[in-house]
Order: sequence, then C-alpha cells, then structure tokens
Amino acid sequence: MARAIINLPASAKRGEIIEIKALAAHEMETGFRRTQYGAVIPRDIITSFACTYNGVEIFSADLHPAIAANPYLAFSTIATESGTIACTWTGDNGYSLTESVAISVA
Amino acid sequence: MNTDSTRRNARREFLLAAGGIAAGIALESAAAPPPIRAAASRAAASAEATQQAIRKITGAAPVNKGKVRLELPELVDNGNAVPLAVRVESPMTPTDYVKAIHVFTQKNPLPDVASFRLGPRAGRASVATRIRLADTQTVIAICELSDGSFWSGSADVVVTIAACLEEI
Repeated sequence: MARAIINLPASAKRGEIIEIKALAAHEMETGFRRTQYGAVIPRDIITSFACTYNGVEIFSADLHPAIAANPYLAFSTIATESGTIACTWTGDNGYSLTESVAISVA
Repeated sequence: MNTDSTRRNARREFLLAAGGIAAGIALESAAAPPPIRAAASRAAASAEATQQAIRKITGAAPVNKGKVRLELPELVDNGNAVPLAVRVESPMTPTDYVKAIHVFTQKNPLPDVASFRLGPRAGRASVATRIRLADTQTVIAICELSDGSFWSGSADVVVTIAACLEEI
C-alpha cells in the first residue's frame, strides 16, 4: 500500500499554474496524549517536507504536532518543463519517505 | 407504634448508607484526579508564548495587518482535523514574492503549527493543510515577503470537540 500520494495534473501547458496535493500516511502522534495509566505517549511526527521539480526545490514546510494525522499539503507551482516532481517527508525516529510523479509539459 | 419505629430505623439506615457511598465517591475522585485533567491544564500555550514564537520569526521587524487571508471554518465539530488555507495577495514575480508563511495558535499546547517556504516559482501564494485545534481560539498567519516585510491575518474558530485530549 502506498504510504503517500501525490496528486497533480499529468500534463500541463508551459507557464500554467498547477496545484500539487501531497498526502502521507502518518499518525502524527503529538507527544501530549497520555495512556489511561497517565504515561505520556512519546512524540512521533513528520517534522519536515520538501518538494523538488527536476531536482530544484520549489516548496518546503516545517511541521509541528498541531498538523493533523496523515498530513495533507496543497501548494502550487508553475509548470516549466517536463520531468519529475518529487516529495520527501522526514520525521521523528528516522522516518523518511520519498515519492515522485512524472509531469509532461507541452 | 412498634412497626412505625422499625420503618423509621430502616429509613435512617438507608440514608446513612447512601451518604457513606456518596462520600466515598467524592473522596476517591479527590484523591486521584484523572491524568487527563492535569494534561489539559498544563497544555495551552499562553498568548505570550505565541507572541514569543512570532517574534522568533520576525525579529524586531514590525508586523503589518493585511494581505494575508486565513481560511478556516468558523465552527469546527472536530478539532483533530481542521482544514486551513492561507492566501496572500502577491504578484509572485521574481522581484516581489512571498518567501514564507507561518501559522500560529494561541491555545494549543505549542504555539507553532507550520512554516511554509515558497518562492516565485509557486505562481500564486496559497497553501492548504489540515491542523489540530485544542480549543476555541484565534489562529494567526504571518507571511514574509521578499522585501523583508511581515504581514499578518487571523481567524477566530469555535471548536466543539478539542484535539489531543482523548486517552488511548
């Protein structure tokens, strides 16, 4: 099962503004919740996100525990050339995930 | 006469027993406050903590009101996933663009929510995500423009079910 989904138009006109939606499957445990015995559940979140377009970073984000579980991010970019858009999520406990999607620009 | 006094005695015993049980319950709850309540009172960053978090981003630079539109539902049923969108009025040209957007809350355990860094390649200054809200509060978005100025916008949200209070 995919751990992350990136949604963007498969093709676009050069110069067109496209929206990129990225969703990762992650619990985003805040570190503020407790078990019924009062023990704090340690924090386990995705702390940063970056998106590159043919290797050049176009968007990045620092995430905190206030981001909902299964973090969803939507942002935009100008379609400049055909290639790949890659997203990387990194987080606590060595979490790292990269997904990429191809885009063709006419 | 005899039957009347036994009935009264029975009633008195019942009342005593009932009182004892009630007192017992009260004692128990006083002796062991649920851990949830302790967590909730310790949580919640103050407005001052939020100001400090904002100052860490802006430094000494003044924060102007305007340009930033924060889109949040006015009434939130479930604070665990609240859709949030931030749009900034900006031409997004190589010389005039939004460098970063930061989101803060006033009553969550931590003031920081997220920081987004974008550039002229974004085409339009707009980001969306889903956040957690622990209480009815004001959410603040601050954007940093390429000329170094800061602009802010805010939205008031009423939350009926707060995030991060449930036990597991």
